[in-house]
Amino acid sequence: MSKKYIRPLDIKHGRVDMNHGAGGRASAQLIEEIFLRAFDNEYLRQGNDGATLPLPIELLQGARLVMATDAHVVSPIFFPGGDLGCLAVHGTLNDVAMQGARPLYLSASFILEEGYPLIDLQRIANSMGAAAREAGVPIVTGDTKVVEQGKGDGVFISTTGIGVVAAGVHISGDQARAGDVVLVSGTLGEHGVAVLSSRESMEFETTIESDTAALHGLVADLLAALPAGSVHVLRDPTRGGLATTLNEITRQSGVGMLLDESRIPVLPQVEAACELLGLDPLYIANEGKMVVICAPEAEESALACLRAHPLGLAACRIGIVTVDEHHFVQMQTRMGGRRVVDWLSGEQLPRIC
Amino acid sequence: MKYIDEYRDGKLGQQIAARIAAEADPSRNYSFMEFCGGHTHAISRYGVADLLPKNVRMVHGPGCPVCVLPIGRIDQAIDLALNRGAIVTTYADTLRVPASDELSMMKAKARGADIRMVYSVNDALKIARDNPAREVVFFAIGFETTTPPTALALQTAQREKLQNFSVLCCHVLTPAAITHILESPEVKDWHTVPLDGFVGPAHVSILIGSRPYEGFAVQYSKPVVIAGFEPLDVLQAILMLVRQVNEGRAVVENEFTRAVTRDGNAAAIQVVAEVLEVRDSFEWRGLGEVPHSALKIRPEYAAWDAERKFDLHYTQVADHKQCECGAILRGVKRPTDCKLFGSVCTPESPMGSCMVSSEGACAAHYSYGRFRDIPVVSA
Repeated sequence: MSKKYIRPLDIKHGRVDMNHGAGGRASAQLIEEIFLRAFDNEYLRQGNDGATLPLPIELLQGARLVMATDAHVVSPIFFPGGDLGCLAVHGTLNDVAMQGARPLYLSASFILEEGYPLIDLQRIANSMGAAAREAGVPIVTGDTKVVEQGKGDGVFISTTGIGVVAAGVHISGDQARAGDVVLVSGTLGEHGVAVLSSRESMEFETTIESDTAALHGLVADLLAALPAGSVHVLRDPTRGGLATTLNEITRQSGVGMLLDESRIPVLPQVEAACELLGLDPLYIANEGKMVVICAPEAEESALACLRAHPLGLAACRIGIVTVDEHHFVQMQTRMGGRRVVDWLSGEQLPRIC
Repeated sequence: MKYIDEYRDGKLGQQIAARIAAEADPSRNYSFMEFCGGHTHAISRYGVADLLPKNVRMVHGPGCPVCVLPIGRIDQAIDLALNRGAIVTTYADTLRVPASDELSMMKAKARGADIRMVYSVNDALKIARDNPAREVVFFAIGFETTTPPTALALQTAQREKLQNFSVLCCHVLTPAAITHILESPEVKDWHTVPLDGFVGPAHVSILIGSRPYEGFAVQYSKPVVIAGFEPLDVLQAILMLVRQVNEGRAVVENEFTRAVTRDGNAAAIQVVAEVLEVRDSFEWRGLGEVPHSALKIRPEYAAWDAERKFDLHYTQVADHKQCECGAILRGVKRPTDCKLFGSVCTPESPMGSCMVSSEGACAAHYSYGRFRDIPVVSA
């Protein structure tokens, strides 16, 4: 492919410049030598402004389309356990999967800041490509824009995913019913702590890695294992953490929840880092975990199914759905008291005392 | 977590709670003030209040550093960043405290002020070194816990001749605030705020020791039990207070022996004394002007004193008329007594400072405890 250009991109020393976003030959070269190479698939190879895709066969059998979009900004771009690239793939795949859907295609658009090193851009693109391949979901179309230095923060990536949800599957944040059980697929808080710990101003070292992962395989297993209609809500507790996610669900479904603090799984090193920083793991972002709300009679088989998957080994029940006109998420504390687990207000800031 | 989980042991907590219930005299009420926001936070977060018998009531005190920060001081910091081109650095929660003109430091930041959150004053020094052409101000807030690092930073700035660094010193003193509460007419004369003792500060006492509280025990006959910030510490301290009250004693006891000594940290006290001195008076949000209750920078360090460097003059700014933060900080009212609580004043848009930090009485009650009137119905 690079025969079209006099010289290949100088990936090692080169930087993004305004020409790369101007739509001319430089743009084409950047796309071909970094993105096409990293994402390569038959749809992208069509080389058109949009991708023409085959109709999924399920749609003829009453399935519906699911579409989700997500903008990704993270600082730093590379963090223990992942980077912006794989995060941009996993985040959107998970949003599609949380509808109970099988993701089919992804699109990706990039806003690059002038001066960003090409070698880092290639690393991000390769990581995206690898994540998409591993997930079995091709990135079929994309776009690139360049903004002047100081007007971006390195790289912003926006991805959109399309998937299909089978007829008869109705998973939604408004489906939680009093009496349901609240499960999580694993330990909480790793992603947020991994990112925080790699910020320049944070001088502490941890072995904590981001949990970033695509969850659609886990979702597919779960839906296959349980009787139809028994999974009511699926949601990935990303920004705002478990607490915020559960509050969204109680509000949407018009119910309350009662959690048991002693059952909420948090790795000791995450707990220790949060302790040090004055943060609460319940409000820390996850990128490879999900909340499952299902009928109580399905609890046992749901947990067995989750635990049989590598992404759900530490799955457990953390609480129940209650009747509560105020839609509070409450928690039985380890001390034996009770408290509200509220929405995150603003950013989580460390306490001073 | 080793050395932390031990202090959050639910079974042990319930045992201590059972002992409190057994020893508390059912014919009387007990009101104890936890001075520190750290205790307020622990009590709320771990649901400690639920473990106490009905006649043992905890009153939240003013020991929340951002809660007592008056509007006029935040206005000064915002002015430096917004109008005078300085980079203003400060600790996290401070950013959200409401100031004049519907601003807060966070909102000023959105208007273009260069305001940066730091985890340590050392980060502020680093920003000053990295930006020699800019004035960098550290907005220093907090009780005795955060004071020694500020003093050390001033010494460092002097040693390095770091001309573009200065400190807006708003450090406040715990004992002065306790005196103020004990001298308030509600406590002293009218007895409308029953106060049977104090859960004494944890981290503050590591610095100043337990000796400074001895006067309160003697002069005002109020027991003080210094306690750590873990739930078991708080429960144990409450038990010790109940026992003192029952036995008619009023002394300083130390539950937090793993960290607090009688004389405190002599080296830290020395550094603070070298660099800072007591102000004649300082305005506290909620408490008003409190004599000898805060620190300022000594003249020898004038070149690093933002108040002198930028010729700042303090202007008092009144709180919202209906805001009850003042009465709440003195223990006179509870958060739910305030008309603004939970309606127009919430953690998302705080009107008063007690709603800002999770150590503030209002925020703690709103975030953790507001379900209390409404029982959960299990399906």
